[in-house]
Amino acid sequence: MQGSPRCIAAVGTVYASTGPFVEVLKLEGRFDMSEAAHPRTLFEKLWDNHVVHAEEGRQTILYIDLHLVHEVTSPQAFEGLRLAGRQVRRPELTIATADHNVPTSDRSLPILDPISKQQIDTLSNNCKEFGVKYYDLNDVRQGIVHVIGPEMGYTQPGMTIVCGDSHTSTHGAFGALAFGIGTSEVEHVLATQTLLQYKPKTLELRVDGQVGRGVTAKDIVLYLIGQISTSGGTGYCVEYTGEAIRALTMENRMTVCNMSIEAGARAGMIAPDEVTYEYLKGREFVPADFDAAVAKWRKLPSDEGATYDKSLVYDAANIAPQITWGTNPGQVTSVDKKVPMPAEFSDETEQKTTALALEYMGLNGGESLTDIKLDRVFIGSCTNARIEDLRAAAAVAKGHKVAGSVSAMVVPGSGQVKKQAEEEGLDQVFKEAGFDWREAGCSMCLAMNPDKLDPGERCASTSNRNFEGRQGKGGRTHLVSPEMAAAAAVAGHFVDVREWN
Amino acid sequence: MNAFTTHAGKVVSLDRANVDTDQIIPKQFLKRIERTGFGEFLFWDWARRDDGTLNMAFELNRPEAAGASILLTRRNFGSGSSREHAPWALEDYGFRVIVAPSFADIFYNNCFKNGLLPIPLSEEQIEELFQRAAKHEGYQLTADLEKQTLTDEHGFTASFEVEPFRRHCLMNGLDDIALTLEQVDKIDAFEAARA
Repeated sequence: MQGSPRCIAAVGTVYASTGPFVEVLKLEGRFDMSEAAHPRTLFEKLWDNHVVHAEEGRQTILYIDLHLVHEVTSPQAFEGLRLAGRQVRRPELTIATADHNVPTSDRSLPILDPISKQQIDTLSNNCKEFGVKYYDLNDVRQGIVHVIGPEMGYTQPGMTIVCGDSHTSTHGAFGALAFGIGTSEVEHVLATQTLLQYKPKTLELRVDGQVGRGVTAKDIVLYLIGQISTSGGTGYCVEYTGEAIRALTMENRMTVCNMSIEAGARAGMIAPDEVTYEYLKGREFVPADFDAAVAKWRKLPSDEGATYDKSLVYDAANIAPQITWGTNPGQVTSVDKKVPMPAEFSDETEQKTTALALEYMGLNGGESLTDIKLDRVFIGSCTNARIEDLRAAAAVAKGHKVAGSVSAMVVPGSGQVKKQAEEEGLDQVFKEAGFDWREAGCSMCLAMNPDKLDPGERCASTSNRNFEGRQGKGGRTHLVSPEMAAAAAVAGHFVDVREWN
Repeated sequence: MNAFTTHAGKVVSLDRANVDTDQIIPKQFLKRIERTGFGEFLFWDWARRDDGTLNMAFELNRPEAAGASILLTRRNFGSGSSREHAPWALEDYGFRVIVAPSFADIFYNNCFKNGLLPIPLSEEQIEELFQRAAKHEGYQLTADLEKQTLTDEHGFTASFEVEPFRRHCLMNGLDDIALTLEQVDKIDAFEAARA
């Protein structure tokens, strides 16, 4: 996409596959593949640990440890079970909440959209009928399914986790194999607690060095998508490695893994470490014998000498705050750059795609990104609505006022995030600055609820997709970090947050 | 699920890359709790003007596209959201085959669960098909899943890849859940071993 990739290692050449570990095993004469006769990646260990049945020429039956369910992609699956007279095989490994459709206004009021209400009621009734734990709208633990799973400690290293939602990749931040599935597969998991899968290839995305001030996890992942494009990860499970990834907090790691799907990869993961264990300790649903669990989790990271099908290496120092300018997340560039023009691309399809995107976005190409004025700002979504995201945005907004031309809203990722933010006084910071402070949900990330853009409105958004109409028909979305979004809300146009005081 | 062996049908060209599932079926139609009836909402924001009337400039709305059952399009089709409503809408609209240089993973997988055949060909082959579709009025293709070929009446022949097991299931309209439940003793054993 943006010129040639800064790739310093070509396919399959990064790590030598012979190391002392392999030699020792050979001397002992152990060649059982399932017992690590060769150094394995994190992904390979997770895969091997969950194979129920593998047969030549068929899809592998893979066991699923945790199934997350929401209101939009599950009603047809439950209906399928009913029609076939089937039960949920392991209801205790299944949790549900409503997030996509829920209003983010006062929870004491009824849901006005009757079809949204029906879908949410259907989930509630299905959960009752099939014995699945449901976090309803009045539960403080309700929220975006990818925020509440980790928050309650359901999400753990070494697990296989699925959900009828492509951003399930978020949970890979814990060293889990987590990916989105379709509704037919939701039904399959409900009925069998397994999935039929082909083994994906592995892609290592390594980010060496340290990012500069004002450069966040969101910028890292947007930069990577810009480098490999929205189909660069198709057919792969990504593992993010390197110093810049290791340095991230748990919540930052979730932001990175969340957008693996925007690079085309169903799953993205980061090996668990002390940061992971520290985050999980004391959460409601972690194993009772936590130390024993940690001892097991410590064996998960990729072995020394393990190889990936493909490895790409980047330098964190090259990453600036990112802004998408087009209608897919790969159409992204640095804040200090200009919007590209179609002629800058050599590939004919890219030229056409760019021209269509610029037309939709109301841009000519050649504009400085910091000259782009905004109508709306959305801080929220499973990408960037956890407490650290809100703290970061509040730190930028504190003591400022949202520009008169801008309407800005903050939608916490869960009831618990909202509660904690209010305990820390972040809601006051936002409200004093002129931001609208809302209840938890997916909200204007996909605009299924009443929060949406009007045609032609331009929005700086911390969400994950800038597709045409994603935030409302005719709406124009620019994806950015929470810090960049907050600064843009105040200035009324994009600014380089590295220069923010 | 409908079985798929061969399908001959009219082609409609959609000359866009990275068509995401938000375009295939926009979010306002995901509130339904049924699995059917999504066809009329296919590509809604492109197919309709703001007042809800048909946008006749949109490829699928042109008179010559009427009755098309094979969608010819560009790379990375079906990216984005995992919504199975996308293949439901395509199938309900009348499509049985989608031909493109590449497909997004989740969408590709969802097609096979719904009797839709996604056919990946090279960029060059796709370009050739776009040209042929523009040249021949009522252009038709025949997809043969058993032979794994896509042909026209003017000498075009391409073979395509599909995993043998997926092909087998689609050709026989097999129910994945029933297939897996044949191995239920292995699931029981797996759970017992971990308990």
